[in-house]
Amino acid sequence: MKRGPMGAEDPLLRVEGVGKAYFSNRVLKNVNFTLGRGRILGLVGENGAGKSTLMNILFGMRVIQETGGYEGKILIDGKEVHFRSPMDALNAGIGMVHQEFSLIPGFTVAENIVLNRETLVYNPLVEAFGDRLTTLDRASMTRRADEAISRLNIELDSSTPISELPVGYKQFTEIAREIDKKGTRLLVLDEPTAVLTESEADILLDSMRRLAAQGISIIFISHRLQEVMSVCDDIVILRDGEVVLQTTPAETSVRQIASAMVGRKIDRTEGPAEERRSSDKVAMQIEHLWVDMPGETVRNVNLTVFEGEILGIGGMAGQGKLGIANGIMGLHPAGGKVTFHGENVELNNPGSPLSLGISAVSEDRRGVGLLLEESIAWNIIFTSLQTQGRFLKSFGPLKIRDEEAIAECARKYIHDLEIKCTSEKQHVQELSGGNQQKVCLAKAFETRPRLLFVAEPTRGIDVGAKKVVLDTLKRYNREHGMTIVVISSELEELRSVCDRIAIIDKGSVAGILPASTPSEAFGYLLMGAGAAEAEKAANDNSNGTEAASA
Amino acid sequence: MNRIKKFIEEAGWPRILIAVFLVILFIVAPFVGVPVDAAFSDTLVRFGMNGVLVLAMVPMVQSGCGLNFGLPLGIIAGLLGAVTSVELEAKGIPGVFTAMAIATPIAVVLGWGYGLLLNKVKGEEMMIATYVGFSSVAFMCIMWLVLPYSSSNMVWGYAGVGLRTTVSVEEFWQRAISDIAAFNIGDAFYFPTGMFLFFLLLCGLMWVFMRTRTGTAMTTVGSNPDYARASGVNINRMRTLSVILSTWLGALGIIVYEQSFGFIQLYMGPFMMAFPAVAALLIGGASVKKASIINVIVGTFLFQGILTMTPSVINSMLQTDMSEVIRIIVSNGMILYALTRVTKVRS
Amino acid sequence: MKSTSGGNAVTLFCMRNAVPIVFLLVSSIGIYYSQFTAEYLIQEMLTRLARNSFLVLSLLIPIMAGMGLNFGMVLGAMAGQIGLIFISDWNVSGLYGMTLAALIATPLAILFGWMCGVVLNKARGREMVTSYILGFFMNGVYQLAVLYGFGSLVPILNPELVLSRGYGIRNVTNLDNIRGSLDNAIELNIMGIHVPLATFLLIGVFCLFIVWFRRTKLGQDMRATGQDLSVAHSAGIPVMRTRIISIVISTVLAAYGQIIFLQNVGTLNTYNSHEQAGVFAIASLLVGGATVARASILNVFTGVLLFHLMFVVSPMAGKYLVGDAQIGEYFRVFVCYAIISLALVLHAWRRHADKERARAALRGEAGGAA
Repeated sequence: MKRGPMGAEDPLLRVEGVGKAYFSNRVLKNVNFTLGRGRILGLVGENGAGKSTLMNILFGMRVIQETGGYEGKILIDGKEVHFRSPMDALNAGIGMVHQEFSLIPGFTVAENIVLNRETLVYNPLVEAFGDRLTTLDRASMTRRADEAISRLNIELDSSTPISELPVGYKQFTEIAREIDKKGTRLLVLDEPTAVLTESEADILLDSMRRLAAQGISIIFISHRLQEVMSVCDDIVILRDGEVVLQTTPAETSVRQIASAMVGRKIDRTEGPAEERRSSDKVAMQIEHLWVDMPGETVRNVNLTVFEGEILGIGGMAGQGKLGIANGIMGLHPAGGKVTFHGENVELNNPGSPLSLGISAVSEDRRGVGLLLEESIAWNIIFTSLQTQGRFLKSFGPLKIRDEEAIAECARKYIHDLEIKCTSEKQHVQELSGGNQQKVCLAKAFETRPRLLFVAEPTRGIDVGAKKVVLDTLKRYNREHGMTIVVISSELEELRSVCDRIAIIDKGSVAGILPASTPSEAFGYLLMGAGAAEAEKAANDNSNGTEAASA
Repeated sequence: MNRIKKFIEEAGWPRILIAVFLVILFIVAPFVGVPVDAAFSDTLVRFGMNGVLVLAMVPMVQSGCGLNFGLPLGIIAGLLGAVTSVELEAKGIPGVFTAMAIATPIAVVLGWGYGLLLNKVKGEEMMIATYVGFSSVAFMCIMWLVLPYSSSNMVWGYAGVGLRTTVSVEEFWQRAISDIAAFNIGDAFYFPTGMFLFFLLLCGLMWVFMRTRTGTAMTTVGSNPDYARASGVNINRMRTLSVILSTWLGALGIIVYEQSFGFIQLYMGPFMMAFPAVAALLIGGASVKKASIINVIVGTFLFQGILTMTPSVINSMLQTDMSEVIRIIVSNGMILYALTRVTKVRS
Repeated sequence: MKSTSGGNAVTLFCMRNAVPIVFLLVSSIGIYYSQFTAEYLIQEMLTRLARNSFLVLSLLIPIMAGMGLNFGMVLGAMAGQIGLIFISDWNVSGLYGMTLAALIATPLAILFGWMCGVVLNKARGREMVTSYILGFFMNGVYQLAVLYGFGSLVPILNPELVLSRGYGIRNVTNLDNIRGSLDNAIELNIMGIHVPLATFLLIGVFCLFIVWFRRTKLGQDMRATGQDLSVAHSAGIPVMRTRIISIVISTVLAAYGQIIFLQNVGTLNTYNSHEQAGVFAIASLLVGGATVARASILNVFTGVLLFHLMFVVSPMAGKYLVGDAQIGEYFRVFVCYAIISLALVLHAWRRHADKERARAALRGEAGGAA
């Protein structure tokens, strides 16, 4: 079925040589593509490939203006546009559905669809008190909502309060709202299927096809390969801020997309320096773990961590990789069975893993990892003081903090990890991201753990600090025999430090491969293409793989 | 210039205004005929009277429960102790300590229940604390009428039942603590050494406590509960403990207050007592989330200084008593300032 | 949602309305023991409904905007009282006097309300405690103005209003010139019971206003703001402004409410009348079954009726029951504060439970996997 543009006419959207750098950090370069009327474009890429930056530019988000604008041109109907705010983008007919819902829970579906664009009726009081005293025309509001819903071709009662809807229908309500906006011609859907069940996702894909048939163009951001292949007319794959492949489903294969998305970037990092034989001794055994962490739900994870290895856990955002560490550390409600060196780890009790010698560096550095308003020294020693009773000295019958020992310890880490600060008394909130991360590591190291979880170790920190952090992890692993589990969205980073890497998809382990496996094998796992495909890809390219499926 | 600016920013202009105002009051006082020694002595006495009540704010602020507007609960425990010791006719220093000994278990039980309640309503502690305080005062109004106290020093003469609104402790333990090693300089200057020592002793104990493992954990819970939890600290237990401590200090505080004042004020007496204590702590430089012992000492001194000096100085200058109005504006203005400054709200 | 059987529906109704039901029971016992006649009680309830309803109604709009119980309504009451002081001074009587007082009070109340709104926007998440302290603070400012400013900076002509020292308003201001002027504007007596019809008409008009207001764009924006500030903001609703408007409306209405209240009472306790206005109005509303997040017009009338019923009967019931009227009086004070505490606790509690439930909904199949 061809719903393409008619010959000479300008395409709805043309992106020409668009680039963007946040100060010295280049995140997009020379992006080019076009999108015709009524076509669906799949935008595919790893986390951090530049998808969100591109959408922020397209949507006129303020953060782009504040950091010096962008390069290149964006043309709508062949005319160049400069959006200064999301309002400008809305007026030009661009609608966006974000991953987080933007709905009022107590309002009905209809009220949400027409939110702040209600049908209004004039009354004389308006003259005295202004436009906001116009009354609502509820009949018309309902009619508009029903119309938008019917264009999506779904079953949804517009008088139901949002709070009573299942997640999938909240998503439809959001889309219906964009459709109800007059002149919405381009719809951006950011990972809309991430929160949907499979049947709901099918309905959504169907609705997308219908909308396209009605002439609305769609940019569909997804990492689910099958969905992209089944619904899109064009596919654009971004990697490291560049378009690496522009194709159509007919011309490409799952494999080509996977390898384009992940790419071969071995030249950038040196890769695992040595092939190491990890020991056969099991450090941690995870069975049927589920974790209720909002946005990172873990559904059923089975995983074995061997003593002395560095295990990587990768996966797309929202698939549950972060939930694993948080669940085991007792920070979110969890269930299942976790044993550590044969001893049972009590879930939902943060004290239990700590006392067994398991520590974690949280991905939420500022929220969970640090006491921003306290000194570096206090941040580093608190956990050891609490769980192990160290850094205390006797004061009569009481034991009080030994400030001398605390400062001593903090100074040691400041020197070891090259933490840039005025002194150990400086408040942590005044440090840069990289130095804050080093404080988090110091805190974890000081508990002298036998197993350490490190989540997103390099997120939001500069290149120099990145190297120190990763090298430090390796050093502690080699020198102290510390078993380390690194959880990261950046596959290349995992490949450079880990021995084995597990990929998490939909809350379960999609597969475990040695870090030396070629990257497209991981690409398959990331895109939910299944372990078998990944194994095949791995076998094609190298020998000696160790693929496992959950 | 920048340093001054930074100093003002850190201290907050209301605090500086109040400090400057107090200094001006002391400077102006001799010129309008107010005896400075008497005024200063009054300030010191009131400082000692109120210090422990202000100190009672610290544990709850540190553990993140916010300003303890529920102080009346602790005060009630103290009142029960005081009234019971009078009923037992305990006199002098043993009398005061009898009162404290009786008040302690009551404060612990009340504080424990109050702590459990506040754990259920995280994020809205302050409003609920205010009304828990009010309700308990109103409830005790009924109790004062009903409880079977019979000492003729305390019950209404004509009915023979029900406690009086104010009970004098003159014959029992008035200034029992204050007068330990107290001295006079001249006619007007009186220094309540014992009361100061007692207050400093409690401050010292608090200082030590805040440095123990438990005290460190308490501060951390207030600073970042998620961090504390990730380090294996039981947040609810720390919070409950801090509430018990605050309540107990409130009980001791009111007994210290009464022995200096000479009267036990029942019924609606404790109703508004949380507000001056809260205001004093904030004036001393504390915020809704952080308070230190220095804040307590500085704040109590500044606030009580203003309360003592304004009536005398302003009266002499304007021949009118504006102290009540100034008290209301200063204390509530200070609380308001602190509440609006913290914009980050954790839920 | 499963359909509920008849028995369940009754249980649900009782749970939702536990507070009014308990109050009704306590009051019924109180009525029995107080030995009041039906005529007396009916007259008293009618009077108190007319007197207090308007004040309580003024609380509805900030609740709609998600700002909780507006303890800052005392600011409006102060504005109303300043209006009344002026008309007493100028000796304007009757309905004209009330209207003039309202006219004077309106700009003041708008100013106070705007101030209050700005302050509360700075203290998001702790609006109630802040508006409460703001009430205390403004009480100080009010006293400063009325006790020291009036008669010195602000000219007061009538020496009877002024303290003997030459400035400052006396503790009690007589409002004989407007006493009952609205209540008695339309004479209606049914079986010897006087019905303040005009006041009820005014309250009725006001209820219609609230019903209509809910259907305006502004009302819809307030509901949206109240339910989810950030979503409303991203939808383009000027949330901060909307919140301020809701407080301004509430403050202005509280000013009118206080004028109506005082024309019935007939005397103005210059320095105390407003202090109780907030606490009593809020307690009434909560007794009527409202919560911090939801309140209806029905809650207002039920609440005023039940709260004041308890208020009237408890001293006498106390006297006949335990031989001491004082206990009854303390009892009603206790109930007043306890009911507010209870409502606040329940609200906070429920919010936590809702959050837990919302999380559980996100859990998906995870919970069942193990």
